Amino acid sequence: MSEEIRVDHVVKKYGNATIIPDMSLQIKNCEFFTLLGPSGCGKTTLLRMIAGFNSIEGGEIRFGDRVINNVPAHKRNIGMVFQDYAIFPHLTVEENVRYGLKQHKVEKQESQQRLEEILKVTKIEEYRDRLPERLSGGQQQRVALARAIVIHPTVLLMDEPLSNLDAKLRVEMRSAIHDIQRKIGITTVYVTHDQEEALAISDRIALINKGEIQQVARPRDLYARPYNTFAADFIGHSDFFRGEMTGSGSKRTVRMNGGCSFEMDNIRSDAPNGKVIVGVRPEEFIIDEQGGLTAQVTKATFLGRYMNYVLAFENADVMDTGEEVELSQDMGSHMTIFGEGEKIHLTLNTKKINIFSEEDQISLIEGVRQYDE
Amino acid sequence: MTSKARGSSRFKLDFWTAVTVVVFALFLFFLIWPMARLLLNGFRDASTGAFSLENFKTFFGKKYYTNAIWNSLSVAVCVTAAAVIIGTLLAYLLTTFEIKGKGFIQILIILSMMSPSFIGAYSWIILLGRSGVVTMAMSNWLGVTIPSIYGFGGIVLVLVMKFYSMIYLYVSGAMKKIDVSLIEASQSLGCKPSANLIKMYVPLVLPTLLSAALMVFMTSISDFGTAMLIGEGYRVLPVLIYREYMGELGGNAYFASSIAIVMMCLTTGLYLLQRYVINRKSFRMRGLKTIKAKPITGVGSVFAHIFIYGVVLLSIVPQATVIYTSFLKTNGTMFTTQFSLDSYRATWRTILSSLKNSFVYGLVAIALIVMLGIFTAYLSVRRRNVVTSLLDVTTMLPYIISGSILGIMLLLTFNKSPFFWGGTAIIMIIAFVIRRLPHTLRSSVGILYQISPSTEEAAISLGAHTAKAFFGVTVALMLPGVLTGAILSWVTVINELSASIILYTSSTRTLSVAVYAEVAKANYGQAAALATVLMAATIISLLVFLKASGKKDISL
Repeated sequence: MSEEIRVDHVVKKYGNATIIPDMSLQIKNCEFFTLLGPSGCGKTTLLRMIAGFNSIEGGEIRFGDRVINNVPAHKRNIGMVFQDYAIFPHLTVEENVRYGLKQHKVEKQESQQRLEEILKVTKIEEYRDRLPERLSGGQQQRVALARAIVIHPTVLLMDEPLSNLDAKLRVEMRSAIHDIQRKIGITTVYVTHDQEEALAISDRIALINKGEIQQVARPRDLYARPYNTFAADFIGHSDFFRGEMTGSGSKRTVRMNGGCSFEMDNIRSDAPNGKVIVGVRPEEFIIDEQGGLTAQVTKATFLGRYMNYVLAFENADVMDTGEEVELSQDMGSHMTIFGEGEKIHLTLNTKKINIFSEEDQISLIEGVRQYDE
Repeated sequence: MTSKARGSSRFKLDFWTAVTVVVFALFLFFLIWPMARLLLNGFRDASTGAFSLENFKTFFGKKYYTNAIWNSLSVAVCVTAAAVIIGTLLAYLLTTFEIKGKGFIQILIILSMMSPSFIGAYSWIILLGRSGVVTMAMSNWLGVTIPSIYGFGGIVLVLVMKFYSMIYLYVSGAMKKIDVSLIEASQSLGCKPSANLIKMYVPLVLPTLLSAALMVFMTSISDFGTAMLIGEGYRVLPVLIYREYMGELGGNAYFASSIAIVMMCLTTGLYLLQRYVINRKSFRMRGLKTIKAKPITGVGSVFAHIFIYGVVLLSIVPQATVIYTSFLKTNGTMFTTQFSLDSYRATWRTILSSLKNSFVYGLVAIALIVMLGIFTAYLSVRRRNVVTSLLDVTTMLPYIISGSILGIMLLLTFNKSPFFWGGTAIIMIIAFVIRRLPHTLRSSVGILYQISPSTEEAAISLGAHTAKAFFGVTVALMLPGVLTGAILSWVTVINELSASIILYTSSTRTLSVAVYAEVAKANYGQAAALATVLMAATIISLLVFLKASGKKDISL
């Protein structure tokens, strides 16, 4: 049955190139765990190490208390869903799903029962006699899922399973995968580079960059309280300003380069004062006539539910991240719309914004940890 | 759509209607008519010429004849089975594992495929025949008698050593299209890596494997030269047809035709069966991440290398023997150990004249094949109607007609008033064109499907005449692909034996016929010299093909 996965100080090398220098993770039993990161960050590499298609150059991977480093892929009892589905093109839908049952020598009556059940759960019963090439992308996806789950694997591994589908189908399949995973309760490791997908589907997310874990957290914590500036920027969008922090305990004063200053009351008590980076999401600005921050609107885009402005600040030290500084204005609570060239006065929502040390770019907010349970 | 509408509303002799008529007339005259003659002749009494079923009664009534069916079938079945096993295993090993000297092996495999099988037969006779080099050595020095190479065993050995390469080329081409994630998926579902060959690779290449197997079956059941040379008394259908037709006691064309009909029934049945199976079994594969060869170590590596090198070297032995012996001094029918160019000296006239014939006939035939191929492909892809669909069926006929049957068909029809083409270059060229056209046609159709019709329509919209648009745009786009395919056709044309042997006279002798004639006369030295020239021509053509197509290997 389903088990937890422990990744202990795992190393991956291709020749002289080290892809993963030292990675540790703990994935709980029945959890939906997502490996998220930009392409080339090592997330698929790690998944394939868990699956047994990549060798492990150091450390250990465990299913429960079994070390599986040297167990060949076909004995690991994994269910895997591939990016291009890897449906066997010469077998019908039913034969595809039955394939793993045959390999595992499941007794005939039980095999039939499991087959019927999974065809129903994944809603592919009516296509059971079709060859895969006569199925749509979404249907092939369901077959791949059914085929992986029907063998009752210890863990379910998914490698960007939705990346080949169009936007609408992706949202639909996302919730289908989520529902099915809940229903059967199985430890699932899911790889994606799509942050929205990760936020929507996961119990917890491991954000990876350059072979290293940036943060492991629940989706909303990852968004609200990023552990470092990479996380703040990769998940959603953040505008970054330079400033300086003074004071002591959890109450500190942050003075932004340019003059404007504000009070924070949720800083870690042992956080050192000095140069900091203020991370502000587009919805964490407050439009306020009395606000100390002034900016000019260089571009205004109406998006229905909200307005999106690109700003040029006059009295703040904006960090150049290669992206524009954005402000979003919720149309549900605002009446005035600013035009291009107009001036806006702003303050910051200090309950929401994040402060990072400029030196190591790590969050100074109380209670933010790199690894969250 | 437009052409259809135009055609049905009123008849108008436009460019394509004219082409349809001409192409159809050509097929009717050179293929359908001779075939009809053969079929009719099969139902004529051997002595009186009146219509009767007497020939078939004789054929099926005598063990002497019916045995030939079983002999032919058992040769074809054994050859196909062995070639499929060896070829598939080779393809699997070379695709999935890092084998040392892979490039070298592939060249040898192609070489062994491209030289005519009767050269194989003849060199195995030199080696293992009654007075063969190895046979003599074994009995003189070791006192061991090697089992006879003549008959069934010899035919199968020679044909398997030639045809495994065909299977290999097709199957390894198909294996290159397998997506590696299919294999990983199978493993993740609990399949042992060693079981993947049977559970995944074979089923995935099955459609390709089936058509390659059919081709091997058809070629080996209609192979004439091998069975004639190494089979000795072993009667297979093509030999029987040849003997009946060319018989010393005045050939019997009617009876030979009847046997040809029996044989064509066999091949037609098989061809239809294969089409049926493939249509039901076909599926598409898109290899995104193709299989990469993995390192292999230990006992497995040793066995894999022994198997691969064993098979490949064994299959190249005939070629090596021929080249080596062509430079030996001969003493009667025996080779001595002295090197000399005597064999070349003795036969240089034959070499020159037959080389000239092979090249002239080959070039003319290839030019005709390319032209006809492009026109017919265009008609069947872009101008679909009743006539062109009929044409489609007609162009499949050469697949079921073996070389010797084709030879007889043509002689029956054209060696009489007002043609008297027997023994002329014309009839040889016709035979080459018919034998090879289906292959060029099929590749042209494939190429044409990849060219969008709108390119030609664009030319017409810009004011080009229909014919001008076709030649200037479509033909120009098709030509590179068609021509590289034509080089492969060229190689098979210069190696053609089974139709030529029935059609040639001393002035129209081609290289392959010359080799056969010298072997039949037991002039092994001169045969070796001629065969070496033929092989050189083949290898040079293949090098030209590789250079022209820019490919690293020949995929079919």
